[in-house]
Amino acid sequence: MVEIIGLEKSFKKLKVLNGVDAHIEKGKVTAIIGPNGSGKTTTIKCILGLVIPDKGDILINKQSIRGDCNYRRQIGYMPQIAKFPDNLTLKELIAMIIDIRGNCDLNIRKDVIHHLGLEAYMTKALKTLSGGTKQKVNALIAFMFNPEILILDEPTVGLDPLSNRYLKERLIKEKENGKAIILTSHIMSEVEEIGDKVIFLLEGKKYVEGSIKELILETHTKNLESAIAKIMEETRHAQNPKV
Amino acid sequence: MKWLFIAHILFITQYLSAKEIVVCKSCEINDIQTALTKAQNHDRILIKKGVYISKNIVINKSIELIGEDYPIIDGEHKVQVITVGISDVTIKGLIIKNSKSSYTDDIAGIKIENVHNVVVEDCRFYDNFWAVYLAKSDNCKIVNNIIRGSAKRETSSGNGIHLWNCKNALIKNNKISGHRDGIYFEFVENSSIIGNLSEKNIRYGLHFMFSHHNEYLENTFRANGAGVVVMYSKHIKMIGNHFEENWGPAACGLLLKEITDSFVSQNVFYKNTQGILAENSDRIEFKENQFIENGWAVKIGSSCLDDYFYHNNFIGNTFEVATNSTMNNSVFSENYWSDYKGYDLDRDGFGDIPHRPVRLFSYISEKYPQVLILLRSLFVTMLDLTERYMPVFSPETLIDKKPLIRKWIG
Amino acid sequence: MGDFIFPVFFLISFGLFYLGNEASKVIASLINIVLFILPLVSIVFGTMYFYNSREFMELMLAQPINRKSIFLGKFTGLTLSLSLGYVLGVGIPFVMFGMKDYSEIATFLTLILSGVCLILIFVAIPFLISVIFEDKVKGLSASILIWLYLSVVYDGLILFMIVTFSDYPLEQPVIYLSALNPIDLARIMMLLKIDMSALMVYTGAIFKKFFGSSMGLGISFFSLVLWIIFPLLAGLKLFNKKDF
Repeated sequence: MVEIIGLEKSFKKLKVLNGVDAHIEKGKVTAIIGPNGSGKTTTIKCILGLVIPDKGDILINKQSIRGDCNYRRQIGYMPQIAKFPDNLTLKELIAMIIDIRGNCDLNIRKDVIHHLGLEAYMTKALKTLSGGTKQKVNALIAFMFNPEILILDEPTVGLDPLSNRYLKERLIKEKENGKAIILTSHIMSEVEEIGDKVIFLLEGKKYVEGSIKELILETHTKNLESAIAKIMEETRHAQNPKV
Repeated sequence: MKWLFIAHILFITQYLSAKEIVVCKSCEINDIQTALTKAQNHDRILIKKGVYISKNIVINKSIELIGEDYPIIDGEHKVQVITVGISDVTIKGLIIKNSKSSYTDDIAGIKIENVHNVVVEDCRFYDNFWAVYLAKSDNCKIVNNIIRGSAKRETSSGNGIHLWNCKNALIKNNKISGHRDGIYFEFVENSSIIGNLSEKNIRYGLHFMFSHHNEYLENTFRANGAGVVVMYSKHIKMIGNHFEENWGPAACGLLLKEITDSFVSQNVFYKNTQGILAENSDRIEFKENQFIENGWAVKIGSSCLDDYFYHNNFIGNTFEVATNSTMNNSVFSENYWSDYKGYDLDRDGFGDIPHRPVRLFSYISEKYPQVLILLRSLFVTMLDLTERYMPVFSPETLIDKKPLIRKWIG
Repeated sequence: MGDFIFPVFFLISFGLFYLGNEASKVIASLINIVLFILPLVSIVFGTMYFYNSREFMELMLAQPINRKSIFLGKFTGLTLSLSLGYVLGVGIPFVMFGMKDYSEIATFLTLILSGVCLILIFVAIPFLISVIFEDKVKGLSASILIWLYLSVVYDGLILFMIVTFSDYPLEQPVIYLSALNPIDLARIMMLLKIDMSALMVYTGAIFKKFFGSSMGLGISFFSLVLWIIFPLLAGLKLFNKKDF
């Protein structure tokens, strides 16, 4: 579904992505993980067209995304933090995005609004909403157009447990519907819970790419967190045997 | 009075014996010169419509020369069209055109010299070198004429109505354009210039020198090379005139130079580069004039003494008053200034703080005219504000202590 | 944004009329305010608006909509709101109190037109700045510096230059220099309407040609349009390449 080929990006002198290749499939949840500054968000932003790569390309359905904006019709994006125009109400915001993207899936919209409890905020000005509620608004916008690809940047940060659970259920449902889902997260247990595949980035390079289950099996560890830790330790050992 | 009475009696008795001579192209008498030879004093020569070539017509009998349907007297640029060489002549209803031009002689459409009581009325003058030229002639009337010249350069053109050394003249309701000076007065006394329109003359609308005790009322002087110039004269009344659109580096509505004991009131100065420019002019009363949208409404030299400005309206001028030194010997009081930024808390109709009509920027632009392009910029506004609160360049006394809050109306 | 501009200009114009002034005097008083406030407010609002909508812009950029539309949409939205506030704020009192004649209407329309041009220019400039500088404080400082330079310092430098080099024929360079400053251009457009009498003291043929016809007005307006287009296009070009 999404093909990342030799992606490179520098911000001024800092090389953030240094040749990342990856493959994201339909019907799977792919988690991009890695320490701070490893290039997770930049990779996502490259897919979204927010960041323009220096080198490399991204193919969606075998089409390059360069110089085109229509491919984003297939993408739903839930950013980490969201700010909206102060003077708009939630209702107006939804209307505005519908205006840009065309009709939304009314069932999904109704379902998300209901389960995240957004009905009460429909006529409220967006500036009065709390951080968590804004996050829910972002989720709504990401899901409601029923896109083929869902990209979620740290989706569960700041959400209450109930909403959190709904979000996970929703993601699993979408996955089963054959959607490609990309998410970043710090929380390994969460990734393990809903993810099928990880792409582990370190210092702008893809370090590990593979099925979560296989990783745990191969490293003979209990969970993803330990598996990643073990891989990192082994590498460090190999690079610097004295330690 | 006695003289007038006798003249009157003479006029009546001789009129009774007067006859009318008709001149037309198909008449027995078909040129004016022949008619003049046949005429006697107090006759009337009636000229019918047609074109008559002038071979320098000299009027030497006290007659009335009357045109019917504006016959054309054409000098063909070869001669002076009509010369009046005797008193008591009336010329009326003629078109007089194409006098000779000359760099050495003052050749005119009608020249009136050393005679009295001549009336030129309701005539049209086209393309004459000088149109009407009066010298040493008293009690003349130039009324209701239209005078059009085609002057291109100052040195090769004459004036519209030119008076030299005359008394008791009346110049009324003429329309003059395209000459060097529209109306020219030199050594003229006790005369009136009323209701004329003098426009688009290449030098001045009205030029006035060494002429005392005259008045000019309700004239309009528009778009002349440099406006109206009044010099070296005393006791002049200038009332109800319009000075408009005299544009140019040296142009002004009214230039006063060495004028004393005069009266300038109820005039309108509209869109002149300079409204009034006064130098060495003393004891002049300026009242109830309107200064509207001029570049400089009033430029008054420090050489002027005891001039008095009151009840004038200064509206929308770029600069209200400018002067050339920190000295000021004139009084400004109870004028309306549209630039006035003060207030009237005690509601007595006068601003509570004095108005300072001289701006620093007008000094700078006097020296460096290029800076005018910076007019109304924030920087210049700041400069002017500084000067307004801490005057360095402008005269301390040039202020209006009682600025009117509302426009002066009658 | 317009809801700030509108009451300011409405109250000032209304107040000036209410105090018994004529339309021509109100216009003359407004010129200073327009030349001072409009660029400042536009440049500050433009900068704040752009930085404050950064995150929202990210959300928009993730939608199927091209960058050009977002950038120009933001520009149009802000300038429309500011212009509307300005035109109504000044316009309503003038319509209420009336104008005397054709020339007053022409002067009023010039005031409106040059004001709107200033708004467009002084939103295009901070948009360009905001695309260049990632940091809000940096961007705002740069914007205010540019405003200060164009509205005060620049004219001071011209004045200094004229006085210093007064022996040289400076009329032509001074005109060209003014064309490099949009505030000066807007100002000159107004001068051509209300200070013509004073400007006629210029002797130079260039000045006569420039001021004596509608050419001056045309050239000033054309230069103002260039002043809108260049920063806007530069901003757009950088915006298209910008990483969020």
